[in-house]
Amino acid sequence: MIQLPCPWCGPRNASEFTHHGEVTPRPDVGTATPEEWRRYLYFRQNANGWVDENWYHTAGCRRFIRVRRHTTSNETEATR
Amino acid sequence: MSVGNGSHRAGNRNGKRRPQRYSAFGLFKRGLSRSDWPRVWQERPLKSTYDVVIIGGGVHGLATAYYLAANHGITNVAVLDKGYLGGGGSGRNTAILRSNYLTPEGVRFYDRSLHLYENLASELNFNVMFSQRGHMTLAHNDNSLRTLRWRAEVNKLQGVDSEVIDPAQIKELVPYLDTSTDTRYPILGALYHPPGGIIRHDAVVWGYARAADAHGVHLHQNTEVTGIETADGRVTGVRTTKGDISTPVVVNCTAGWSSLISDMAGVDMPVTTSPLQAAVTEPVKPFLGTVVVSGTLHVYVSQTDRGELVFGASVDPFTSYSMRGSLEFAEGLAGHVLELMPAVSKMRLLRQWAGLCDMTPDYSPIMGPTHVDGFHVDVGWGTYGFKAGPVSGEAMADTVANGRPPEIIAPFGIDRFEMGQLVGEKGAAAVGH
Ligand SMILES: Cc1cc2nc3c(=O)[nH]c(=O)nc-3n(C[C@H](O)[C@H](O)[C@H](O)COP(=O)(O)OP(=O)(O)OC[C@H]3O[C@@H](n4cnc5c(N)ncnc54)[C@H](O)[C@@H]3O)c2cc1C
Ligand SMILES: [Zn+2]
Repeated sequence: MIQLPCPWCGPRNASEFTHHGEVTPRPDVGTATPEEWRRYLYFRQNANGWVDENWYHTAGCRRFIRVRRHTTSNETEATR
Repeated sequence: MSVGNGSHRAGNRNGKRRPQRYSAFGLFKRGLSRSDWPRVWQERPLKSTYDVVIIGGGVHGLATAYYLAANHGITNVAVLDKGYLGGGGSGRNTAILRSNYLTPEGVRFYDRSLHLYENLASELNFNVMFSQRGHMTLAHNDNSLRTLRWRAEVNKLQGVDSEVIDPAQIKELVPYLDTSTDTRYPILGALYHPPGGIIRHDAVVWGYARAADAHGVHLHQNTEVTGIETADGRVTGVRTTKGDISTPVVVNCTAGWSSLISDMAGVDMPVTTSPLQAAVTEPVKPFLGTVVVSGTLHVYVSQTDRGELVFGASVDPFTSYSMRGSLEFAEGLAGHVLELMPAVSKMRLLRQWAGLCDMTPDYSPIMGPTHVDGFHVDVGWGTYGFKAGPVSGEAMADTVANGRPPEIIAPFGIDRFEMGQLVGEKGAAAVGH
């Protein structure tokens, strides 16, 4: 089982978390076109390597955390 | 020609040959003479130019190559794979075929594939062991029963044999299922789809490879694509670990790796890659005549012709390019299987494995041209793409030969995401494969 570094709870099993996927920059609410919103919703880098991701600590502190993870080796690093 | 060019092989001009046909008589003869069987396909030198380059030697890439040659006479084609043919999802799946999807577009598409599969053994002269033993999707709550009823109606309208049955009928078809009402998730009904079943996945891959090779298509294993060349918005070639190739047409058939390949051509994709695991038990006598799927319990099971139970589940809970199995999967799977069939508790798991799935937001594929001229995609096959191999090959060959996608794949273009016209198949594809 891989472990994720929760800044509040320490290292915990990945099964305690919900994966919310890679961090994607949110378009500007004031100016974004429908096409830009759809790209934001659906399109992903899906990189094979180090990725910044959002996870939710469902069975722990119930906070969103940001983790850097390698998508092949599944090693993780805390980012904040 | 470098490999296995034995004297038993007929004509060999222009790289074309007629493979020796498999037949009962041939088997008998060879049994007497005990001579070696000819190689199923040949290894040929990589040329510096092809009319079409297909990346990915799974069922989708090989079927596309075969139909390009067989239906359109386009044979100056190369299929490139970084590993061996069928080393991706095509050799790792649980081989369930069915067409009882949820959207009319989906049902029409997968049903065409099922019909092609029904005739595939004779078309390819290769026994693909398609066993149409029936497919059953269980409902454990009102909500899923409603979705099953909906699917049954959509299916019937498209002429697909599909109906909702009650627990007594389920028990009759699969006596080993626990259909009592005092379980944690009692079985309320099922969608029963008699033409569904299982197939020998490797045989499908090898059959297409052999038939494409016989038409003169080049199959290059251990040839990894490392870059795609474009000029003025057009594809001009691919770079590989075995040398550069110039070509006006590239078809991306790399499933779990497909966004990495599209990236090389500068095409963004609405795809994420997740591992999917499966497992198999020791063989026992035949007792399970139908494929059984439970979305609520995230598990499905079938019994192979050899007697093993093959289990599958949902994709792993996070994206990854790793193909390692996990203990969490085996534990969860065993628990869920026992809720369905308590009687198999003494059986032993022999092995488990994983493959990569290219998941899309609407659980439908992405097929056809892209904004880069000559760069086509046949991807987004998620956990359910093996059954679509034949129809996809046929449609992608058509797309390449005629310069535009045929009607049957029109709903699956990449532009649907920017236009917000998704083809929502989650209700029929999330666990069901
Ligand atoms: C455990 C499991 C169970 C499944 N069960 C079912 C099922 O029951 N029914 C069903 O219909 N579907 C099922 N699927 C899904 C199905 O296996 C896939 O959708 C299907 O096999 C995809 O076929 P493909 O030819 O597109 O890709 P693949 O067979 O994955 O082939 C892609 C190929 O591309 C090659 N490649 C990747 N990168 C490069 C590169 N840079 N250069 C050259 N080559 C490259 C790979 O080596 C690979 O061989 C299952 C999948 C898994 C993992
Ligand atoms: Zn926490």
